[in-house]
Amino acid sequence: MNNLKSLYSLRDLKQGQTAKVKSLLSTGSIRRRLQDIGLIEGTEVKCLLKSPAGDPVAYLIRGAVIALRSEESSNVLIYE
Amino acid sequence: MDPKKKSKDIKAVSSELIVKRLTPDDKVIAVAGNPNVGKSTVFNNLTGLKQHTGNWPGKTVTNAQGYCHFRGSTYVLVDIPGTYSLMAHSAEEEVARNFICFGDPDVVIVVCDATCLERNFNLVLQTLEITDKVVVCVNLMDEAEKKNIRIDLEAISQKLGVPVIGTIARKKKTLNNLMLSVQQVLSTTKERTPLIVKYPKPIEDAVALLEPIIIKKVNKKINPRWLSLKLLDYDETLITVLNEYLGYDLLEDEEIKKVLTDARNILSNDGITSETLRDKIVSSLVLTAEKICSDTVHFDKNDYNERDRKIDIILTNKLTGFPIMIALLICVFWITISGANIPSSLLADGLFWIEDRITEAFQYLGAPDWLHGALVLGVYRVLAWVVSVMLPPMAIFFPLFTLLEDLGYLPRVAFNLDKYFKKCCACGKQALTMCMGFGCNAAGIIGCRIIDSPRERLIAIITNNFVPCNGRFPTLIAILTMFFVGSATGPFKSIFSAVLLTGLIVLGIFMTFIVSKMLSKTILKGIPSSFTLELPPYRKPQVGKIIVRSIFDRTLFVLGRAVMVAAPAGLIIWVMANVSIGDMTLLAICSNFLDPFAKLLGLDGVILLAFILGFPANEIVIPIVIMSYMASGSLLELDSIWDLKQLLVDNGWTWITAVSTMLFSLMHWPCSTTCLTIRKETQSWKWTFVSFAVPTLMGVIICFIFANIARLFI
Repeated sequence: MNNLKSLYSLRDLKQGQTAKVKSLLSTGSIRRRLQDIGLIEGTEVKCLLKSPAGDPVAYLIRGAVIALRSEESSNVLIYE
Repeated sequence: MDPKKKSKDIKAVSSELIVKRLTPDDKVIAVAGNPNVGKSTVFNNLTGLKQHTGNWPGKTVTNAQGYCHFRGSTYVLVDIPGTYSLMAHSAEEEVARNFICFGDPDVVIVVCDATCLERNFNLVLQTLEITDKVVVCVNLMDEAEKKNIRIDLEAISQKLGVPVIGTIARKKKTLNNLMLSVQQVLSTTKERTPLIVKYPKPIEDAVALLEPIIIKKVNKKINPRWLSLKLLDYDETLITVLNEYLGYDLLEDEEIKKVLTDARNILSNDGITSETLRDKIVSSLVLTAEKICSDTVHFDKNDYNERDRKIDIILTNKLTGFPIMIALLICVFWITISGANIPSSLLADGLFWIEDRITEAFQYLGAPDWLHGALVLGVYRVLAWVVSVMLPPMAIFFPLFTLLEDLGYLPRVAFNLDKYFKKCCACGKQALTMCMGFGCNAAGIIGCRIIDSPRERLIAIITNNFVPCNGRFPTLIAILTMFFVGSATGPFKSIFSAVLLTGLIVLGIFMTFIVSKMLSKTILKGIPSSFTLELPPYRKPQVGKIIVRSIFDRTLFVLGRAVMVAAPAGLIIWVMANVSIGDMTLLAICSNFLDPFAKLLGLDGVILLAFILGFPANEIVIPIVIMSYMASGSLLELDSIWDLKQLLVDNGWTWITAVSTMLFSLMHWPCSTTCLTIRKETQSWKWTFVSFAVPTLMGVIICFIFANIARLFI
């Protein structure tokens, strides 16, 4: 089960790949923040940049470039 | 007293915003917007104020207000902190929402980024739910044009039901249209019909049930539809402020209680919990924004951000990211050091020539020696040192740094370094506050407001002092030049200084990580919190404006502060050097007292005393050292930095003293302004004390270890 989850999270997106948001697993204020920047079901997300240490990763979300730490991105479930 | 002149103060409930009208007729305009959309530039250009601007989100952390005179009317403009939303997930969002809702602004201008309209409309839609007196300002139209983004402002305006004005905030002319619209909104009395965001049916049903009773109980001052939504959502922070505003507890009202229960039942019957309610509300907002933009914003080029992406890949690459960071730092220091050399010595020559003339004037007037000593050798000489040593590097460093800031490079630094901050259980945005610390640590401390988690914010505050501010750079540069670069010649000399200075900065950054980690494991235990970091598009800086702004607003301001502190300090030093108890001067007594301890740290009593007396401003440390040595020895003319080195060497300085002094300068207590700022920001003497003690302790330990190990090798 765990395996399945990580397979489809935003964290697994490779640089240059695009996917759509299925749902958010995070709760509380970070969930709101992610929704505020436009991460809702169906939103297209593109993985743009990895920082030198591999984390955080910057994504193109509704025209803005937003960096997320792996803790957050692994809580964003996606589909192709 | 003319009653019209009497200013009227209105305090916005539960927020720090106090609006000061010049006359009671003045209209209040709130300037809201997402972070980093040029809100401050709009604000500055309308008010003529000089709120600091820069290309990174969260620049405006203090609330500023200013006045705008337009066609015979006066407007009070209130700069609200940039937020993505008004749902109050952070302190800034709460301030913004409270001001728009309860601060009673006459008009709200929502500034949007033309290159990222869809995201920005989320805030516009939320603002429209609270008030219909909105003017949407689509800023950065020039950037959008460059990226071939076509925006149909007229169509958007029709959809939103409020004026939508395109602006290029740096061009004042385009702002006239904005103010005209504001005037229009204020003067028309006819009902406006702004767009209403439609929510899923059960939510609409629940709102329909609540709305009439809200209209009955609370007058129309607060939008009843919006308030109904918030009551359904049970937004705690809002309800506290609301009750304060109304003067009674709305939720205690029996009628409201009953209807609210009914309304909530409608939701729960449809399986909507409080968590999913918010989800659905946000989704509706985002989808509405998407729909508005889908046929009004056209991207002629799909890869409109291609250039930015290419730059990003170079600046954040595994191989090149860090080397470029270091190279840029070296480059900035190199330009600063080599550029400051000549003006510094010219200034020194000029100021000491003036000193000679003043001395002649004193002699001519037959002024007593003590007066000449106190005013000329004391006050004037320290002032002259501070100006000639400080002014040139600052006048070069500030504009250069502002350039990097305006380009949008700083968020990339935060992006590159975040992993290491995470390892220390701190926030990546700390890198931004450290960058601000380069200019002034007090500014860095205020900047820490961009960090949401209180724990991580405290860590950033306590460690900010490990970044040497502009008041300390000249000290470091002077010592480096005298003791370590001396033998090198030509252009390599200043490059070598720059590399060494960068090394010192890197050490400061390293200390920041170590201390952040130590704090996270001890008194500020916790896990890293989550955050989002926006990487804004690169923007072409306005070089001319940057130079003018940074020299007048920052350089002269910082210099003025240093001068104000230096003058009395010069007097004190002179008095201490010339008043004797027994056969020793006060200065000698104090420095002799400190000497044994200072020696353990590789310093001497005079240097430590200078650091202590330099508490009000770090700029005066070196001048005090010089004054003290000169007062206790024979007076000599300091024509160049090499005379200065001779003076220091004559007083027992070795390379160990030089390194220890630099280390101590990098790591000791924050200056008095910074301490007061910390007190203000943390509202706690305890954390102010910790911020004072931690860097001091680190400095003492590291200087002690360094000095004693180094001595073993000589």
